[in-house]
Amino acid sequence: MGLFVNITLDGIANGMIFAALALALVLIFRATRIVNFAQGAMGMITTFIASSILGRGIGYWWAFAAVLVIGFVLGALVERVLIRPLQGKSELNPVIVTIGLLVVLEGLAGTIYGNSSRGFPAAYSQSGLTVGHTKVAFSHFDVFILVSVLILMTGTLVLFRATTLGLRMRASAFAGEISRLLGVRVGLLLTLGWALAGVAGSLAGLLVAPTSSFGPYFMDLVLVYAFTAAVIGGLESPVGALIGGLITGLSISYVGGYLGSGLQPLGALVLLMVALMARPEGIFARPPARRV
Amino acid sequence: MTPTAARGLTWMRPRWLGRLRLPAQPLVRHLILALGGGALLYLLTVSLSPYNDFEVGEIALYVIALSGLSLLTGVNGQISLGHGAFMAVGAYATALLMTHTHLNFVIELLAAVAAAGILGLVIGIPATRLKGPYLAGMTLLLALALPPIADKWSTAFGGDQGITTTVPSPPGTVNPEEWLAWIQILGALIVLVLLANLLRSRFGRSFRAVRDDEIAASLSGIHVARTKVTAFVISAACAGLAGAFLGLSTGVVNTGEFPLTLSIQLLAAMVLGGTGTLMGMWWGAVLLVYLPQWSTSLSGDFNLGSGASAYLATIIFGVVLIVAMIAAPTGIQGGLRWAWRQVSSIGTEK
Amino acid sequence: MLEVQDLSVSYGAVDALRSVTLSARPGAITAILGANGAGKTTLLRTISGLVKPRAGSIRFSGAELLGRAVEDIARRGVAHVPEGRGVIAELTVEDNLRLATLWCMGRRERQGAIESMLELFPRLRGFRRSHASTLSGGERQMLVIGRALISRPKLLLLDEPSLGLAPLVTAQLMGLLRAHTEGTDMTVVLVEQNARSALSVSQSAVVLNLGEVVVSDDAATIAADSGLRHHYLGF
Repeated sequence: MGLFVNITLDGIANGMIFAALALALVLIFRATRIVNFAQGAMGMITTFIASSILGRGIGYWWAFAAVLVIGFVLGALVERVLIRPLQGKSELNPVIVTIGLLVVLEGLAGTIYGNSSRGFPAAYSQSGLTVGHTKVAFSHFDVFILVSVLILMTGTLVLFRATTLGLRMRASAFAGEISRLLGVRVGLLLTLGWALAGVAGSLAGLLVAPTSSFGPYFMDLVLVYAFTAAVIGGLESPVGALIGGLITGLSISYVGGYLGSGLQPLGALVLLMVALMARPEGIFARPPARRV
Repeated sequence: MTPTAARGLTWMRPRWLGRLRLPAQPLVRHLILALGGGALLYLLTVSLSPYNDFEVGEIALYVIALSGLSLLTGVNGQISLGHGAFMAVGAYATALLMTHTHLNFVIELLAAVAAAGILGLVIGIPATRLKGPYLAGMTLLLALALPPIADKWSTAFGGDQGITTTVPSPPGTVNPEEWLAWIQILGALIVLVLLANLLRSRFGRSFRAVRDDEIAASLSGIHVARTKVTAFVISAACAGLAGAFLGLSTGVVNTGEFPLTLSIQLLAAMVLGGTGTLMGMWWGAVLLVYLPQWSTSLSGDFNLGSGASAYLATIIFGVVLIVAMIAAPTGIQGGLRWAWRQVSSIGTEK
Repeated sequence: MLEVQDLSVSYGAVDALRSVTLSARPGAITAILGANGAGKTTLLRTISGLVKPRAGSIRFSGAELLGRAVEDIARRGVAHVPEGRGVIAELTVEDNLRLATLWCMGRRERQGAIESMLELFPRLRGFRRSHASTLSGGERQMLVIGRALISRPKLLLLDEPSLGLAPLVTAQLMGLLRAHTEGTDMTVVLVEQNARSALSVSQSAVVLNLGEVVVSDDAATIAADSGLRHHYLGF
């Protein structure tokens, strides 16, 4: 029983991280109908930058804030420079370009930071909390994960539902041409969508780094898990990303806990295949338009 | 150029060029080309050093993998970021049979083809329902999910050390490197002839029809799902054979040979060579084989640390992908074809 | 005042508009008529910036519109209600209206503007918080016209507003249009396949055929010319 609880708590913590990265994927997909396969790698680069900043003796929270800003800028830059030229052409090209970006970023990280394995500090203590008289496998850091991702999610929902900026972003995503006719600067808002996704990706990187082997490829699995989460949730809604993240996180955790950690990616693959077979558009997506 | 100017250049185009024609029958034409190519490559390997022979063999095996991928993505329109996984399956199948059985070498290779083909079937069936980004994501996950399996059951799969492979002994006084290269080249030529014929047949037409418009294809009687799965299986089978050959080249099969970057490098090589073409895959294969060396010398020039050259190669592959997609989506082969069209239309413009 | 001069638009090898010259004056409705494929929709889309022409000029209130971004043209007071209406189905009725005001109004003014639009189209009031996908054809037309009018445009471009609407609804719409144009300084360009109803509300009309201007005159004159009507307008 104790094992089950611990695995479940672990799954929730991981699931929240997947949800954060899934949110990034959802934001970009809603805005530009592209799956940004480089989102994890972008989070990896910003985390490496954080590591450099911390290495200079700057306090954790300053580095944290700086890196979120850098993620914002990086997201905007990628949209402007790489994605904008491809708008309107075939559907496959942006996918391949983001894959290209993925490997370029990983190669850059490896070239600049070298092969030496390094650790990354956690914001809070990673030892388990004590509830009542028992030690639970949920640490202060895990609480931080939960809280920060919830803040991210709530912030996103508030932005979209309650602000005029959010209204403009939603309109740009749903009907770009019509929105332009109504005076909405759609291009700018698409860039903003990518920039916000960059922030979410940076956060995910900072949350994963303390518990992983921190190297250029450390976000690869997180990305595909986040993709699975986003697909389950529908690639359309932040709430879906959260629920998808939790489902994925828990599933991975159970597979890892009872079958071995080497089988986790395979478990995710099976989960993804099931989700795609059941409803290719995801559980929370709008119903697809009729063909023909 | 203006028609008058064009006509003026007719003298540049030798008259015999118009009469140079291969037989119309596709199979015969492909066989002749293959024989010609084979003869060229034979002469090449005989005159090169053993190490270069080894590289020529590697180029040939990557041509096999890339041709399959080109068929799947270029001709049938399905993207795969997981072909490294199919190569791994083929490599392990052959290596395991070599270690534990005494089957005929050709059968061991065919087992690689079959094993990868079966995995292609398993992935290809759900893939029929998926559009581009979703399929890309699923195959990406495949590339990451398969290698850890070998690590988990390390006793069976050889763990970190991997499983060693043995190349059948060469006849007489032939170098082992030369011999392996000939085997790989022969394999490449056979695969190219088969695929070339396939693409000219009604299968090829079905592949293209499904890529261009699934609804129209199904309305004209093509079984869309079956076509897509067939393309996937063939493509995976090619990768499996290439994987087995790779195992023979490196002498050992372990999970380190098949990281995610391999799948992405295959994609980049295919795009550079010319998505949808077969001959263009030779360019891509050259890139795959020689880029690591070039980047090693490049990283030496820049005085980068050890291990940096592999990362540098990765950057270059990524840049190739991005630049090709934005500026030259038809790749080298596409560029050559365009140039050939320009040249051969000199003097024949209206 | 809208002045289109020698406008030529091509889609690849096909010429959609050939050297079109016309003008539309404020306080009046100018109808653009002609058969399918005559280039009417292309004309509106070029004015609002969605399509880039090969040659020509489009001047509104003296300023050249060509070469500007779509949203910049909209912010100059050009409201284009496109073919197919263009309701944003995923947003509520109120949000559709609100969206159109974001570039020109502050919050207080905005709420007032939305209320007056809902007063103009009382049918929409009950749907104000429903998704626009729940509206009928006629209600959607009201919504998009309201969305166009709410920003108090100086140039209103309407592409086949009567399409798919019952004759009674069409008549109401046209009446509303005329009432809102007369006495104002708004220029209205109305593209219609239903030439009869368009001519009944407009002051001038331009007939296009295969991308060229055939006739440009007062609406009454064109309506009276039975030969013209028969040949180009189908009645």
